Amino acid sequence: MSLMDFSFIPIILSLKVAFAAVIIVTCTSIPLAGLMAKREFLGKDVVESIITLPLVLPPSVIGFMLLFVFGKNGPVGKLLEQWFHTRIVFTLAGAVVAAAVVALPLMYQSVKVAMENVDPNLEKAARTLGAKELRIFFTITLPLAWNGIVAGLVLAFARSLGEFGATLMIAGNIPGKTQTMPLAIYFANESGDTRQASILVIIMTVFSFMVIYGLNRWGKGSQKDRKGGGDHA
Amino acid sequence: MSFDLMEIDFAPLIISLRAATMATIVTFFLGIAAAYFVSGYQGKFKGLIDGVLTLPLVLPPTVLGFLLLVLFGKNGPLGKFLTAIGTTVIFSWPATVIAASVVAFPLMYRTVRSSFEQIDQNIIYAARTLGVSEWKIFWKITIPLSWPGVAAGTVLAFARALGDFGATLMIGGNIPGKTLTIPAAIFFAAESGDMNKALLWVILIFIISLIVMTLMNYWTDYQRKLIISAGRK
Amino acid sequence: MLKAHFEKKLPSFDLEADISLSNGILALVGPSGAGKTTILQCIAGLQTPSQGEIKINDKAVFSSEQGINVPIRNRRIGYVFQDYALFPHMTVEKNVMYGMPKKDNSPNKVLTVSNVLEMLKIEHLRQRYPNQISGGEKQRVSLARALMTEPELLLLDEPLSALDQDTRKTLQQELLRLQAQWRIPFILVTHDPQEAEMLGDQIIKLDRGKQETIKMSDKFNETLRKIK
Repeated sequence: MSLMDFSFIPIILSLKVAFAAVIIVTCTSIPLAGLMAKREFLGKDVVESIITLPLVLPPSVIGFMLLFVFGKNGPVGKLLEQWFHTRIVFTLAGAVVAAAVVALPLMYQSVKVAMENVDPNLEKAARTLGAKELRIFFTITLPLAWNGIVAGLVLAFARSLGEFGATLMIAGNIPGKTQTMPLAIYFANESGDTRQASILVIIMTVFSFMVIYGLNRWGKGSQKDRKGGGDHA
Repeated sequence: MSFDLMEIDFAPLIISLRAATMATIVTFFLGIAAAYFVSGYQGKFKGLIDGVLTLPLVLPPTVLGFLLLVLFGKNGPLGKFLTAIGTTVIFSWPATVIAASVVAFPLMYRTVRSSFEQIDQNIIYAARTLGVSEWKIFWKITIPLSWPGVAAGTVLAFARALGDFGATLMIGGNIPGKTLTIPAAIFFAAESGDMNKALLWVILIFIISLIVMTLMNYWTDYQRKLIISAGRK
Repeated sequence: MLKAHFEKKLPSFDLEADISLSNGILALVGPSGAGKTTILQCIAGLQTPSQGEIKINDKAVFSSEQGINVPIRNRRIGYVFQDYALFPHMTVEKNVMYGMPKKDNSPNKVLTVSNVLEMLKIEHLRQRYPNQISGGEKQRVSLARALMTEPELLLLDEPLSALDQDTRKTLQQELLRLQAQWRIPFILVTHDPQEAEMLGDQIIKLDRGKQETIKMSDKFNETLRKIK
């Protein structure tokens, strides 16, 4: 038994996927959450439902829907094929899309709740001080929602790292190309390579535990900050 | 491209609903008990206990499946015991219930715990000064006051139990008519190119998920109204 | 100089406001829920009246007839919130500087942060955060922040009601001094008739949206006489 025949490739692939997905999710969820937390518009409930749907849908359903959209006959898949001569089905990009879709609602909800919790009087105060809406968003809302954004980032990263069902369907299980950690665990176990599976399981378990523990401490710290701010008078 | 509804084997629907329902019942009681214990526990292992109980929320499903295999496999501590009394759960229908329970548990536990912790401690203290027993306080005060959270947790747990794919696949296998759930049926139908069959299952699970989401929104609205009316007083 | 005459439909009653103020302090007094804050928010632009007209220094900032509704940030109004609404993540200095007009379009270039901080006796708090200072100090910071924008009208929504007796007394004197120094009209909302009596040059009592003038300012009476 040596470390020599342990493959690190799934770990590297997983990290690539998770980082890319988190970047996409951050860029979309922050403006989205800002819009949903601070604006009223027609059909808001519908938009809200669509964003949070991946949270309750089984991963294989998400995978199926992604195949429909990005598959060779799907609307987006066709465009990618014709215009860019590229595809995302059975590529690492597919894994990124799957991870981003399942991670988005987690980050979105965390950021939205944090933004809703920002005292509207502070934003009103900024308005009476002559600030424009964009300046208010960047100088008041965003910094005060910071704890929620960080918590959302960590959750989204963990969820991206652990995505299995949807990834399997859209990216397939191509060792060295699309086989991320959760897939590698499944197939290593399936083929009787318990050692490879065990090592990956230990890594993921330790990491996940650290995420939960860290988030709990983080949450408590920020709660204390807020209480300290309110009590002093 | 067409198919006959009669040709569809509806066993996965029954297996899925059975697993989700039984898992929801199990997590309902275990989740409330764990939430009650952890919210009252003030020892130094609080963070550790909470981390372990929340772990399945962050762990990839295949990691959970692997850990369950280790636990319930023929050489695992529980597996040995089960073999001794002449039974096994791996690759049989109880496996689907176990997998669904484990993935659903943290959702119930966390939702209930946060609503327990939102209860005004003075109400509990007031009850104690009136000489009410802890057991009665729990049933007459804690549970009614956190009922919206309990309901939301139950609904979330059901949705999660219904949708599990990875963990069920690893510990239950995909034996048609025995352990093949809807999410797994979608995957294998799509895998074999039978998109119509996959679509049928997707639509079915979509309907169930929509019902669940509507209920969830109803409860969160209700919860919000409760908080608002409490705040006005 | 403020002239406001407007109506606002509220769920339980219709609010009617008819306010004219050239200088000094107007105290709006009345029980909670009478519509005092709504009047302030309509003048500031945080709420929109159902109909009527609001003029600041003869410039209409709101007019239902002419379809004018100037955004809050262009109304040149200072607003002091009851709970101070200080930005918790900024130091006192950053809070006060938040609304400072850019140098080139400021009509009064003498006004500096140091001036204002000194005037309100909070210079030593510059680098502190809002959760590190007392309620009275917070209210001073909040005043400084509003004055820093060089407003033409200062609106104060129950600014002293969260403070203890002593701090309150001191700040009442402070407000009188500031008004004399700054020479812009103040509108002060309070539920305390004594406070209204003490600070108000003009007092308007409000009950369920209907207003009743209790005290006219001397200056106002003078101008009335001149017009007649």
